[in-house]
Amino acid sequence: MTTKPRVYQTQLAVIGSGLAGFAAAVFALDKGISTAQVGNTGAIAYTTGYLDLLGGCGEQLLEDPWEGLKQLRNDEPRHPLSRVSDGEIQEAFSLFTRALSDMGINYTKPGERNLFALSPAGTTKPTLSVPETMITGVTAKDSGARTLILDFVGLKGFSALELVSNLRKSWPGLTAKRLEFPGMTTGAQLYPEVMARALEVESTRRQLAEMIRHELGDAECVGMPAIMGIHLPDRVHADLQRMVGVPLFEIPTMPPAVPGIRLREMFEQTFPALGLILVPQQKVKNVDLGEAGTVLSLKDSYGDVVIETRAVLLATGRFLSGGLHADRFSIRESLLGIPVTQPEDRAGWYRKDYFDHRGHPVNRAGIEVDELFRPLDASGVPINEGLFAAGILLAHQDWMRQRCGAGVAIASAYKAVEALSGYLS
Amino acid sequence: MQTADETFETDVLIIGGGVTGTGVMRDLALRGINCILIDQRDLNAGASGGNHGLLHSGGRYASSDTETAAECRLEGEILKRVAPDAIDECGGLFVAVEGDDPEFAGRFGEHCDVAGIPCHQLTTKEAREQEPGLSKRVFAAYSVPDGTVDPFRITVANVDHARQLTDSLYLPHTRLQGFEMEDGVVVSANCRDSRTGNRRSIRARQVINAGGAWAMEVARLAGCSDVNLLYSKGTLIISNTRVTKGVINRLRPPGDGDILVPGGTVSLLGTTSDTVTSLDDIRPTVAEVDRNLAEGMMMLPGLENTRFIRAFSGVRPLIREAANSDDGRHASRGFSLFDHEGEGLSNFATVTGGKLTTFRLMAEKAGDLVARRLGNPELCKTAVEPLPSSDVVRWTEPGFAPRYWYRRNDPADIILCECEMVPQSAVDDIVTSAPGAEHQMSLQAIGVRSRIGKGSCQGSFCSINTTSHLYDRGIYDSIDGLLHARDFVQGRFKGVGPILWGEQMPQMELAEALHCSLMGLDYLGQSERVEKEAGSGQSE
Ligand SMILES: Cc1cc2nc3c(=O)[nH]c(=O)nc-3n(C[C@H](O)[C@H](O)[C@H](O)COP(=O)(O)OP(=O)(O)OC[C@H]3O[C@@H](n4cnc5c(N)ncnc54)[C@H](O)[C@@H]3O)c2cc1C
Ligand SMILES: Cc1cc2nc3c(=O)[nH]c(=O)nc-3n(C[C@H](O)[C@H](O)[C@H](O)COP(=O)(O)OP(=O)(O)OC[C@H]3O[C@@H](n4cnc5c(N)ncnc54)[C@H](O)[C@@H]3O)c2cc1C
Repeated sequence: MTTKPRVYQTQLAVIGSGLAGFAAAVFALDKGISTAQVGNTGAIAYTTGYLDLLGGCGEQLLEDPWEGLKQLRNDEPRHPLSRVSDGEIQEAFSLFTRALSDMGINYTKPGERNLFALSPAGTTKPTLSVPETMITGVTAKDSGARTLILDFVGLKGFSALELVSNLRKSWPGLTAKRLEFPGMTTGAQLYPEVMARALEVESTRRQLAEMIRHELGDAECVGMPAIMGIHLPDRVHADLQRMVGVPLFEIPTMPPAVPGIRLREMFEQTFPALGLILVPQQKVKNVDLGEAGTVLSLKDSYGDVVIETRAVLLATGRFLSGGLHADRFSIRESLLGIPVTQPEDRAGWYRKDYFDHRGHPVNRAGIEVDELFRPLDASGVPINEGLFAAGILLAHQDWMRQRCGAGVAIASAYKAVEALSGYLS
Repeated sequence: MQTADETFETDVLIIGGGVTGTGVMRDLALRGINCILIDQRDLNAGASGGNHGLLHSGGRYASSDTETAAECRLEGEILKRVAPDAIDECGGLFVAVEGDDPEFAGRFGEHCDVAGIPCHQLTTKEAREQEPGLSKRVFAAYSVPDGTVDPFRITVANVDHARQLTDSLYLPHTRLQGFEMEDGVVVSANCRDSRTGNRRSIRARQVINAGGAWAMEVARLAGCSDVNLLYSKGTLIISNTRVTKGVINRLRPPGDGDILVPGGTVSLLGTTSDTVTSLDDIRPTVAEVDRNLAEGMMMLPGLENTRFIRAFSGVRPLIREAANSDDGRHASRGFSLFDHEGEGLSNFATVTGGKLTTFRLMAEKAGDLVARRLGNPELCKTAVEPLPSSDVVRWTEPGFAPRYWYRRNDPADIILCECEMVPQSAVDDIVTSAPGAEHQMSLQAIGVRSRIGKGSCQGSFCSINTTSHLYDRGIYDSIDGLLHARDFVQGRFKGVGPILWGEQMPQMELAEALHCSLMGLDYLGQSERVEKEAGSGQSE
């Protein structure tokens, strides 16, 4: 039996549902562009929830990202962030974080300085904006507040003692305590997502708050793994905090982590109401680029889907998300075969020392774009007038070492949407 | 004379914690002798942790060196009897591929007969029935009793047994730096603990140098110039799954990528062979990996699409013949035992060269010499006395941890390493009672004594989980835990870098995101500094 494919007609199709894809959708909706988005779960489920702008530069971590950007424009003019002005980056970050708040997850206002936010290892990382549920961790550390860090029996890879051991030097008022999560089989392995869903139930929150109060001692605030609900975390956080009686904060866990799952689920729930056509958990199988428009084809559990669109924004990420693929000899862009700037041969992909501060050349491989963020063919000409790209698929950046994952995603999505809205009108 | 922070005393000091050094340790302990074994790093830090794991039937040497071939066969038979748990009697094939010399291939059976190696010629159809992955271009095939041996299991069990027998002691991270000598007698060894910087002085009546490729350097510290070695670097690659049932050897004179050896749940393809002049910074390269693959694919075309998880390199010490012909005692063409009496020494000896397959024999010869010098009348027992096996030495065995975990059936015993299913109780067991555990335990040390870091994630994730667990247990209470985790993944990366393509790329990207973007291992200690500078207004 053959069923007719579902056909959608839009002005813009966003391929990819990582931070770049979601940010692009936010910006496009803001401009009233009719948009469809397709993408399977990617790196977003791994993220800490922190929105980095620029935090690493050569031998050092950056306290002032704007100063770092100045340097970057000078040293690395082809870096995607070097192609976006400070003003545009500020605009992009505030639009995006405001949209997140409107949709249900509050973020701190992106500021002048990097925040040094906690990692589950007890190190800190420079980032520009963090979820509201996490900010007390940053301020408590700065003020040296007496703080109790909690972990849970059965939650692997998150050790309060590890955090305390590594932070104690600069933050002497830290103590650690291990709790048993209420209502779970004693001892068995626990997953942050399951714990987070459990805390959406008031009685579980009450039991946990009771346990925390019991251990509080003279602590002025309490940190724990990021498990305060999947939906409306700010409400779960406020409620727990009220019951415990002191400020609480979340610390990211090892992935797949709740803060990323929150973002994904929030987008998936709120976007359709905002008029976006969302085909989640799917990969685009084929792209037919035309002069007048482009046709995307894919399949979901209801059958074939065809999207006819005037503009396409490619935000398919790198190896982890499938945007790039490597064989023994070279790296290619998976969907359209767009030329990838890359080291000459495999011997040049990685440096000898894993932690070399210069980063590995392979991380800077990616596709080239023009000033309108349109991908270029081998001769440096845009492949199609209506094809744009954003995110970490772009060449000349190393988001892992430079701590600029969200920065590259949000800033390039902003620029690409600006450009494509010009193209559409 | 330097002053030591710690002093030790023993009958015999053994330098080098590979199969040979630990073999000597057990050999002597079985004769009732107390030993101290030291290694500059940890067990199997040298060739014993970087080899093919082939228990040679002797077939490899049958055409060129009958003596070595026969020695391998004999030792292989002994090990199969005394250490069956460490051995997989998987059998092996020798196959010639179109383009290989038919005459060399044709005479293989005859050469095996001379060395006493049981060998059967197979039709190509029979060979492919036995190993379906074999190329259609195979034109000759023989089966031989090759096997595989787990060197980790051997070394850990050797040390454990010696410890039980005579309270012998193993000191990891103890680097020999020089000897105190008096009238042709080594009085004591000056060592340094590379972790703490402490100086250790070890007084011993006899000293055995089992330094493998480093044996020449060690001998020179005692003033002996009679050990002359050539270094041959070999590189291998490990696949994610077991590719064949048994060993597959290329039937031609030895070359790159001509042996595929199963190792439990994986296979190892190798090796290259290149002479190097230094033992520093030995690591596999992309070119070596590709050479192995290109050759391996001639025998087994499926290797083209096999997922590889790591490459590694080891150095074979080759003995330069002329320099020792009338001095050292030639036990065989494969290995040498130097008594250094020609250099005027009476209590120092060196044993090096040889093979994993023949380590027991090397240890026996060295043990005989030491026992004679000490006036100990006991004979060598390692050819008959089984190598004991206990849980604590079994964590290196593929598949042991999951079997143990299912048997134990305790949901609270959380799996720390998901690739190899190593639960936290295994780590606890190693920390409290594995050989070498009496000294500072670290992630690296646990890696040597278990499957942690050996699965398809190559330690990217289990290093993090295990580190957290060690903090929970109070083994770590400072930044040391993170520094060790950093060193561990950095060490594994040496072998991962050259095999990154295909499905390993996403894995690597996630690992790097975790290690750098999330945990900040690349800037360990730095974020604190930046903040302080910023706080005190000193940043420029
Ligand atoms: C462990 C980890 C920790 C991180 N921590 C941080 C952090 O603390 N701060 C920070 O700022 N960033 C962090 N990030 C990075 C961040 O999550 C994003 O990866 C980054 O911002 C880049 O986003 P992107 O949208 O360009 O690419 P990705 O996030 O990789 O998204 C690409 C998307 O494209 C989809 N896709 C690929 N091919 C197709 C196709 N054919 N059809 C449809 N869809 C397709 C993928 O499924 C995926 O959804 C972290 C990432 C990881 C992995
Ligand atoms: C690539 C390759 C593949 C091989 N494949 C096989 C095979 O398939 N089958 C087989 O039978 N054999 C094989 N071999 C040979 C086999 O691995 C070796 O013969 C055997 O491991 C040698 O063991 P060893 O204990 O003598 O030396 P090593 O294992 O090298 O031990 C020497 C030890 O001495 C320590 N040391 C050095 N200097 C000092 C110092 N100053 N102070 C303290 N400690 C010190 C080192 O850290 C090291 O751990 C292979 C070898 C290589 C290199």
